[in-house]
Amino acid sequence: MSRETLISLVIVLALLAIPLWATAVGETFYITLATRMAILALAAVGLNIALGLGGLVSFGHAAFFGIGGYAAGILASHAFNMEPLPFGLPGTNAMPVIWATAIVASGLVALAIGAISLRTAGVYFIMITLAFAQMIFYFAISWPAYGGEDGLSIFVRNQFPGVNTLDGLTFFFVCFGLLMAGLLLFSLLRDSRFGAALQAARQNERRLATVGIAPYRIRLAAFVISAMVTGVAGALFADLNRFVSPSMLSWHMSGELIVLIILGGVGRLAGPVAGAMLYVAFEYFLGGITERWQLFLGLLLLAVVLFARGGVVGLLAGKARHG
Amino acid sequence: MLLDVSGIETFYGASQALFGVDLTVGEGEVVALMGRNGMGKTTTIRSICRLNPPRKGRIAFDGRDTAGLRAFRVARLGIGLVPEGRRCFPNLTVRENLVAAARPGQWTLARIETLFPRLAERRDQFASTLSGGEQQMLAIGRALMTNPRLLILDEATEGLAPVIRHDIWASIRTLKAEGQSILVVDKTMAELLPVADRCTIIEKGRTAWTGVPAALTDDIRDRLLGV
Repeated sequence: MSRETLISLVIVLALLAIPLWATAVGETFYITLATRMAILALAAVGLNIALGLGGLVSFGHAAFFGIGGYAAGILASHAFNMEPLPFGLPGTNAMPVIWATAIVASGLVALAIGAISLRTAGVYFIMITLAFAQMIFYFAISWPAYGGEDGLSIFVRNQFPGVNTLDGLTFFFVCFGLLMAGLLLFSLLRDSRFGAALQAARQNERRLATVGIAPYRIRLAAFVISAMVTGVAGALFADLNRFVSPSMLSWHMSGELIVLIILGGVGRLAGPVAGAMLYVAFEYFLGGITERWQLFLGLLLLAVVLFARGGVVGLLAGKARHG
Repeated sequence: MLLDVSGIETFYGASQALFGVDLTVGEGEVVALMGRNGMGKTTTIRSICRLNPPRKGRIAFDGRDTAGLRAFRVARLGIGLVPEGRRCFPNLTVRENLVAAARPGQWTLARIETLFPRLAERRDQFASTLSGGEQQMLAIGRALMTNPRLLILDEATEGLAPVIRHDIWASIRTLKAEGQSILVVDKTMAELLPVADRCTIIEKGRTAWTGVPAALTDDIRDRLLGV
């Protein structure tokens, strides 16, 4: 077992230990905190495929996170009110159906956004993904059917067959299970032929073209897969808060996901998990002391960027396998 | 003709580098592209691969005009480039470098590893940790993995230790014996000429001489290749 595998295992087990410990001592609030960590980690695992492996700095991943959230909110609200959706389709409160919807919806939107954005590179790519995300953000604000600016409440958490998702610990395990699936997907992608080509595209696009691979298509596929993973996380996030609002689509959210990855380690398997744990812990513990906790987060981020480029995982496990 | 280049003129921005290069490579033929430094050998290759598409002239590969094709399309037609300066993907492993490029055909990972046993030994190492010679072998292996109909070697032995050069020339001879069409640029005449079926010499961006190696007289060498 390599050092990085070991560190990844420790990080994941640490996340798993939080709710178990919280249950043992009866502090159920920490279960919610751990669930939040798992969901944000999953969203960042998605972004890490585009950002870490493909070098695509997407500043618009909140769009996919929010679309996943709205998929959950809209389907649940139709099911709750017994109103059919357009084309007579019924709403649903079954998580697997909601996840599938979130994946398809965010994938399709990512295909459209990616097809245009990936024709640019560097700072233009950052700006164009931001612009698309802002378009969707303002669309959500101005669309009154699902709450507009006020957002949309989910009155009862959606159901997963065979388990009671109303129980906090059970819902955590559902989220943790999906996070594990996300990490498995990430590691499979990274070690596959597709992953090699994606990383080659990041390192040198021309060199890749001379062996007959079109960098654009590889990147587009990666961008869509990345958005799908973030979309599922959005659906879970809506279920955790039992609430969806345009804030899930805002550029703060996109920035937050990038920050998670940089804190944890860009392109590293467990980077998003470590980043999310650190971020949520900061938000909660420092947020309890001062409203200006983001100042300290900023200082931490500065320290990571200046002195520990590999983030938490880089600090613990050494230099990246894939630089 | 597998590759037929006629009268190409290529520019870097406003400055013209090629003023009319003619070059042909037949099926199963090894053609040496020669000329002094700065005469346009690498530019010719970049034009063929459409990394620097020519403004004038025609390049046909297997009878098909490549005008308007993107670089990756030309590569898929069957041109495998081993670029000057051993450009591997430094942060991928040897195996990943090879499989990322693979297209179906007779060249497989196993065959590449038979041709270059050193690559088998270093399969899971990063390309950046290889020696210069090993990186060159990897670059050749990577181009072969695309199962090209034409292999282009740009200064494949430049700056390598004599032992390694010997190995690489041996592998080039093996490839030739198997009927691989090759366009090769190299400065070491002693090793290049015995392998080549024909030579094309470029001077100042123009094709100055074409013929078989035996017809390369001392006078031509002095005039077109001498330093």
